[in-house]
Formats: sequence, structure tokens, C-alpha cells
Amino acid sequence: MRFVRKTHYVQDINIIKHGGQRFWYGLLAVVVVLAPLGLDRFYLGELSQVFIYAIAGIGLMLLMGYTGLVSLGHAAFLAIGAYCHTWLLGHGVPFPVSLFIATLFTAGVGGIVGIPALRMTGIYLAVATLAFAVIVEQVLMHWESVTGGFRGMAVPKAEILGWNITSPTSFYYVCLGLLTAGLLVALNLLRSPSGRAMIAVRDSETSAQSMGIHINRTKNLAFTISAGFTGLAGGLFAHKIGYLAPDAFTLLTSIQLLLMVVVGGLGSLHGVVYGAIFIGLLPQAIAIFRDVVPPAVSQLPGLEPGIFGLILVLFLIYEPQGIYGRWLKIRLYFEEFPLYRKATHKRQKSYLRTERLR
Amino acid sequence: MSLLVANNIAVSFGGIKAVHDLSFAVDAGEVFSIVGPNGAGKTTIFNLISRIYDMDEGTLNFNGADISHVPAHAIAEMGIARTFQNTELFDRETVLKNLLIGCHVHRRTNIVQELAFLPSVKAQELAFRKQAEDVIDLLDLQNYRDQVIGNLPYGVRKMIEIARALCVQPRLLLLDEPSSGLNPEETEDLSFWLEDINDDLGITIIMVEHDMNLVSRASDRVMALADGVLITIGTPAEVQNHPEVLRAYMGD
Repeated sequence: MRFVRKTHYVQDINIIKHGGQRFWYGLLAVVVVLAPLGLDRFYLGELSQVFIYAIAGIGLMLLMGYTGLVSLGHAAFLAIGAYCHTWLLGHGVPFPVSLFIATLFTAGVGGIVGIPALRMTGIYLAVATLAFAVIVEQVLMHWESVTGGFRGMAVPKAEILGWNITSPTSFYYVCLGLLTAGLLVALNLLRSPSGRAMIAVRDSETSAQSMGIHINRTKNLAFTISAGFTGLAGGLFAHKIGYLAPDAFTLLTSIQLLLMVVVGGLGSLHGVVYGAIFIGLLPQAIAIFRDVVPPAVSQLPGLEPGIFGLILVLFLIYEPQGIYGRWLKIRLYFEEFPLYRKATHKRQKSYLRTERLR
Repeated sequence: MSLLVANNIAVSFGGIKAVHDLSFAVDAGEVFSIVGPNGAGKTTIFNLISRIYDMDEGTLNFNGADISHVPAHAIAEMGIARTFQNTELFDRETVLKNLLIGCHVHRRTNIVQELAFLPSVKAQELAFRKQAEDVIDLLDLQNYRDQVIGNLPYGVRKMIEIARALCVQPRLLLLDEPSSGLNPEETEDLSFWLEDINDDLGITIIMVEHDMNLVSRASDRVMALADGVLITIGTPAEVQNHPEVLRAYMGD
């Protein structure tokens, strides 16, 4: 077991809390920075994809895991970010400016969508966001002068001062840098009053209000920031897929994002990264699965969404705290090794309202 | 001087008059208890003061200002904090975080500063922490600081709710049945803490309470209600012996 001697409140505010974390996160940083030296283009591309998913995941996690608002329409924000960024690039706006504007624009759209969504919670909100995603999909199909309609549009190559940032290695570093920055911003949010206000709204609106928290403003802020992150991811995603068409941003994409935060572990930023790795690897796993099963199964229509759904349900039943929650339990087991009590995390029947899983 | 004045307030839900034409005044610095049988409208009064419900008639004045139309989230900033009958804590967070959320009204930074976690935000966080620690010291909650609310027993949760309300640094504290679910020993402690909060911090307390022992020990004045109508206001002894109060509780 680790005991941290605390002598100043700053120790609880710092992002890195003790030497062990400094070592492990430092090691992780070295590994991801040096990864392009040892990995080939394919795996670099896959890792960049994971980073992009993780950026979008931060957005969805802030909304779902920390503010308690469910969204089934985050693919729409991804699409808005992607199309806005591509359109701006096509009109000669430089890459960083274009990505920045796309992020702000998507955040703005999120803020506007948040206004009616404030009046809803739970299943009603999920359906409303789903409807929003469908509307955006229709707009992408039919607003041909901007989006190219069904034909879609090619994503131009991007450069910063003559440096081609869409080559696999440079793109990897761009994604890595933005993910790191994104995680820092999210951590900052969560350790300051606005982030705590989101948590308060998630756990009890009535008492949040009595503590002086403006509920609607907080929810709207969560929507705005969430959309901003997802829009940023969308801009990068455009470069990853190289050609934008409406069928890249369907309900399945939204469910994939949802799957990511639930499988990773709701209410933790670690979970976002684990979830992103998980859904980044899932298509490969499904491809391998298709090879080993008889054709009657592998040719089934809708196999992929079916598997997504199955995994989501299994996680909800057996490990609602996701991969990160499972990891915490494993870590506790080793920390307390010979003394670990089997019943520590046993889920019990609850009789108090406050003990029920919400 | 009266800190809170209610003038002929009334509210009804459907056909039920939960509070009917009620007037009372709470003086600064006193402990004012509200008693009455179930359904008398005690919690409704709290919900009116904290603006969760809208009044049908009448006005509420706090510290000279009319709060009848102030939005619910602005009430804390004016200096009114409250607890809830069945605890409304942020269950998946630690005690410390709950108390820090209680400090939210003192926030002076904006969202952009917070996203970048500028030195001003950090200084504010340290100030909040200091404030929370003062309350932890006052109520002896050191052992629970880093525990998640969901794992704590009910009695401790009740105290943490009071602690969180104190983090608002209110002038008026509304306690909704603070002793319900506490064992006799905890109730005993509670009465001392109420005294501390009232005397040392100078916070005016309005409390809804069923435990007449606690009421008579802690409160300066008591208001008795039945079916949303005022029976009497007076010292604990006067109210306990008032024939109408006895009738409301015991029947004829």
C-alpha cells in the first residue's frame, strides 16, 4: 500500500499526486513519444485513430460521466467539426486556425442544442440528441453547395509553414499533442468550481441549486464543452478518413462513442483512454473473428453493430464501472494482497435510494 | 431585528392548502424551530424560503430584501443555506468534494480561467480548501474527509450535509429534521454543535424537528403548525403546553 504524506493542500490540487504517478505517466509519455521510431505506418495510423477517439471521448465523458446527461447524437458534433474544418481548409484557411474555428463553431452549435435539451433528462434527452443527429445527417446529404451531398468531399492536405502534417508520423504527433492538451484542459475543469458544479448537477439537482449552482447554465456549459471536444476530434477525424461523406457519421458512430465511455468506465478520464483503445482495436478483433467463424456467421448482416450492442449490454450487467473500474479492483487486490476481502466490491441489494445505481 | 419575515404566505398543491396565510418573523441570532404533525407544511416552508416552490400569495423578506421572486440558485449567495430531510448529498464523491461544492457560491473565477487553471483559480481552490477544513474541524469530520459519501452511515451523512451548508457561510441555516435517523448519542452531539454554530459562528438557525427534547434544549422560540395553519409561536415550554398543540398531536 502507498501512503502519501500530505503537508500542503496543493498536493491535493496538483494533477500528479505522488512519485509513483510521476514515474508511470513519465514512462507512458516517453513510450508514446518514441513510438514512431519502432512502429510501422499502419500501427501509427491505428494509434492516431485511438487518440482521436479519445479526444471525442473526453467530450462525451464530461457530458455523460460527469454531468449525467446522455447523448446518442455525438456523431453529429463529430460531423460538424469534420465538415467545418474541411470546408475552411478548402477555402485556404491555414490548418491550426481552421481547426480552432471548427472547434469553436461546434462548441457554439453544442451550446445552442443544449438550450432545448436542458429541459430533458434521461431517455428523453437521449432521443432528442438522436433526433438532432438525424437532422444533421440529412443536412449533410442535402446541403450540396457546402457539404458535397452524397458525393462528399475530399479533405485537402494540410501544411504548417511547409511542414506536411498529414504524413503518418506528423499526424501522430499532432493527435498526441492535442489529446494531451485536451486531457489537461479536462483535468483543469474537473478540479475547479465549474467541473464540480457539473458533478453536483449529476448527483442531485435540488441540492446543487441550493448550493448556488445555476443548473441550466451548468448543463449548457457541459454541452458546449462536450461539443467543442468532439468537434476538435472531428477535424482530426477528417484527415484520418481522407474523404468526407455522410455515411461516415451515422448512428453507429454515436453508439461507438457511447460504447467507448461506458466500456472505459463512466466518470473517469482514464476510462476515456481505455475505452478509446478498446474501440480502436475492436474492428481488428471483429475482422479476425470473421476469418475464424464459418461464412454463415461472418456474412451475417449487421454483425458489427450487433457485437457493439452485445458488448455494451455485457458491460452494463457485469462491470458497470467499465475497464477502469475493473482495473481499480485488480489494483486494490494486489495492494492488499494477502488480506484482500472477497466481498469488498460485491454488489449488494440496496434499500436506501442513495445506494442505488443511477 | 428580524432577519427573515414571512407575510401571509400561502401555497397550495391542487386542492390542498399546504401553507395557509402564514406570517412569522425570525430574529437574527436565534434558533427558531418549526414543529407539527406530518403534513403540517413544515418542509414546504423550507422549500418556499429556498425558492424551490413558488408562493401563491404573500411575501418573504430576508435581511430587508424581498426574496419572493429571486431564482433558487441565487438564494445561497444571499446567505441562506439548507439541508434536506432525506440527505441530498453528491453520493459518488468524497466528503471533501461535497464541502468544496458547498463553497461554490464564493466562486470569483470564470470558465476560461478555470480551463487554463490560472494562478487565480489555484489561489481560490486553496482558499476553498481552507474554508472546508475549518468546517471539518468544527464538526470533527477529519476521519471521513476522503471517504465516498455512498459508503458512509446515515448519521454521518446528516452531519456532512450540515457541514456542506456551513461551507456556504450563510447568515441563515435551514435544517430539515437534522436528528432524524440519528441515535441518541449523535442527537446529543448535534445539540452541542447547533449551539456552536449559533453562538460561535453567529448563524441564525431555522429547524424543522420532531424530537421535542432537542427542540426544547436548542431553540429560543418554537412555531407550531397543523395542516398549514399557524397554531402558536412561543418559547418551547409555552408551545409544548399549548392546548391546541396538544390537540393537533394527540387528537381530541
